[in-house]
Amino acid sequence: MADESGAKRSPLLTPFNMIAGIIVLIGLIITAIRFTGGLAAVTNLSDNNPWGIWIGFDLLVGVALAAGGYVTSAAVYLFGMKRYHSAVRPAILTGFLGYALVVIALNYDVGRFWRLPYPFIMQQGTTSLLFEVAACVALYLTVLFLEFSPAALEWLGLKRLRNLIVKLTILLTIFGVILSTLHQSSLGALFLIAPSKLHPLWYSPYLPVYFFVTSIVAGLSMVIFESTLSGRYFGDKMDDVHKEEANHVALGFGKAASLVLAGYFIVKMVGISTANTWHYLNSGYGLWFLVEMLGFVALPCFLYAIGVRDKNVKLIKWTSALTVFGIILNRLNISLIAFNWHLPSSERYFPSLMEIGISVFLVTLGILAFRFIVTHMPIFYEHPDYTDAH
Amino acid sequence: MSISRRNFLTWIGAAGMGSVIPKAAKAATNKHFKGYEKSQGVLFDSVLCVGCRSCEAACNKVNELPIPDRPFTDKAVLDETRRPTSKAYTVVNKYPNQISKKETLYRKIQCNHCLEPACASVCFVKALKKTKEGPVVYDPSVCVGCRYCMIACPFEIPSYEYDKVFTPRVMKCTMCYPRIIDGKLPGCVEACPTEALTYGKRTDLLFIARERLRKFPHRYVQHIYGENEMGGTNWLHLSGVPFKQIGMREDLGITPAPQFTSGALSGVPIVAGLWPVLLLGIYAMSQRKEKIFKEEKEEALEFALKTANKKAEDKLSAALTEAEKTKEAAVQSAVKKALEEAAGSEPKEDS
Repeated sequence: MADESGAKRSPLLTPFNMIAGIIVLIGLIITAIRFTGGLAAVTNLSDNNPWGIWIGFDLLVGVALAAGGYVTSAAVYLFGMKRYHSAVRPAILTGFLGYALVVIALNYDVGRFWRLPYPFIMQQGTTSLLFEVAACVALYLTVLFLEFSPAALEWLGLKRLRNLIVKLTILLTIFGVILSTLHQSSLGALFLIAPSKLHPLWYSPYLPVYFFVTSIVAGLSMVIFESTLSGRYFGDKMDDVHKEEANHVALGFGKAASLVLAGYFIVKMVGISTANTWHYLNSGYGLWFLVEMLGFVALPCFLYAIGVRDKNVKLIKWTSALTVFGIILNRLNISLIAFNWHLPSSERYFPSLMEIGISVFLVTLGILAFRFIVTHMPIFYEHPDYTDAH
Repeated sequence: MSISRRNFLTWIGAAGMGSVIPKAAKAATNKHFKGYEKSQGVLFDSVLCVGCRSCEAACNKVNELPIPDRPFTDKAVLDETRRPTSKAYTVVNKYPNQISKKETLYRKIQCNHCLEPACASVCFVKALKKTKEGPVVYDPSVCVGCRYCMIACPFEIPSYEYDKVFTPRVMKCTMCYPRIIDGKLPGCVEACPTEALTYGKRTDLLFIARERLRKFPHRYVQHIYGENEMGGTNWLHLSGVPFKQIGMREDLGITPAPQFTSGALSGVPIVAGLWPVLLLGIYAMSQRKEKIFKEEKEEALEFALKTANKKAEDKLSAALTEAEKTKEAAVQSAVKKALEEAAGSEPKEDS
């Protein structure tokens, strides 16, 4: 199969390649400015707004949307839902690339990137939730690398090493779920320290729970969303099993997402009730909160349910896009929009074009890496020499 | 700062989980930390402050900060509301007096040196530290520059050198830690011409503040800002008007910052400990279900096969008996027929 795709290689100057090329070029230029001119040269960060979209989008959204790896592998390997097996490799790949990009993005954001290992090798600030996040992300990136490696090793023909790692599947999956539970929730817990800065509708002692639960929703929805896009652009790379199972995956994951969203809606209401912050709903931020809760939690929950009842895979696919957008909105609300809400508008943050440029650049790198890997390695099909995976 | 090889290996061995436990658990006890005994602080009396900016100038000098564009004698600077920056650890702001119009109010802003600082509790490399002398100090040699301290600080104090490429630092007031260790006064306190700033042991400062509130009840709002705010701070404030009117938040509460995160932190080892049990349990259940399903399938198959066999056997034997019967009947009828024929032909022959 690899030979086939190599033989009919598409021309290099496609519109996609040209746009991607321009984005990468711009990204490299901004990278040069960032690392020669400092943060002030490219960002709108200030003393009152120390975290911008490189944290709000690249880290928080990046980690949430990369949750498909642990969600899918847990469903298939631990919960025994073998019908979704063909979804595991694309999900692990998306997760691995997502986390890799998060770590790259952090190099842009921190003041002295070469010191990123310092919390581990110099002094361990164990009272910080960021320490927990850093430790788990570092370990989980390793786990994802190992989980992804069989595909690469099959491509490289390293049979013995590949078989050895496949034997570790259950162990790696369990380790991955533990690490994901910890750092997905801890990303929400980062904001527990600042009740005086985050709007009361979003601040809650349950923030870690909310982040963990939404990471499950994000993982499920991203698997459906990614498989929709892959089906359209990489359909020729898929074997019959993958194509057949894709609809099962959409129906099954859509059902799960609907359920988890319903649970999330309930615990959000519990949070508002226990903090008794209902009166904030009658304000601009309250309206915005309702937009998030009704438009991007309740609505997708409902649409997923209808899609599953009617076996309407198309509706489920559109709903997955809506849900992914809702997750992005939620993370940006907590880290940027509802954060520092007490400050006058003149002191609020809005990302600079160059900050947005780097984020777009990194997402583009992810898509390019994804394309390279799925066109060369057995992601959407089973390697003929290794059909023991089922 | 450097760690021994053994420590490092221990940490790696614990895979990052075990090491979280001891420190995290400490925050969730019923002990009330009232600050280090004999820790020092400063009492700022905004009633006595005249907005001369001498403290700003002194701070700039003793901390060797860059000389600002506008001199410290320029009072026009006070027209804009400022916050501490990477080039100024302390600033004085002017506020209109809403009670008596002719008097202007001033407030000096700098790090309040919390008893249990949010910044130090969130630093993942322990670059910020609460000293037992009182000041919260910063070690730029380990700081990664994540700026979580700036997110965490409820007083919006730490600032960052965004313009530096390779050596950006978090910048904030140190209560002149190097000077007070030498027995000198903090720069700002030494320079204040109106004694709006008093340096001393925090417990003594609280006593002085209470005395002023008692002696001049009409001059002051009966509250010592920093006695309990965010669990208490080493820098204390007195004011003649509600603190809100001089730009200080009154909604911060009295909970020390580390308590906001202690619950989440204590959940970490619990998840690390119980999740393997839960997940292996689910795995075992799904495996068992599958095994039982397989066994049942085999049993059902066997049963189906058996019944099918039996049915076939029964059918066969039934068919055989039937065949036997037919055969017998055929023989009998043939015999009978033969006999009849014999009987019939005999008389014919006879006749």
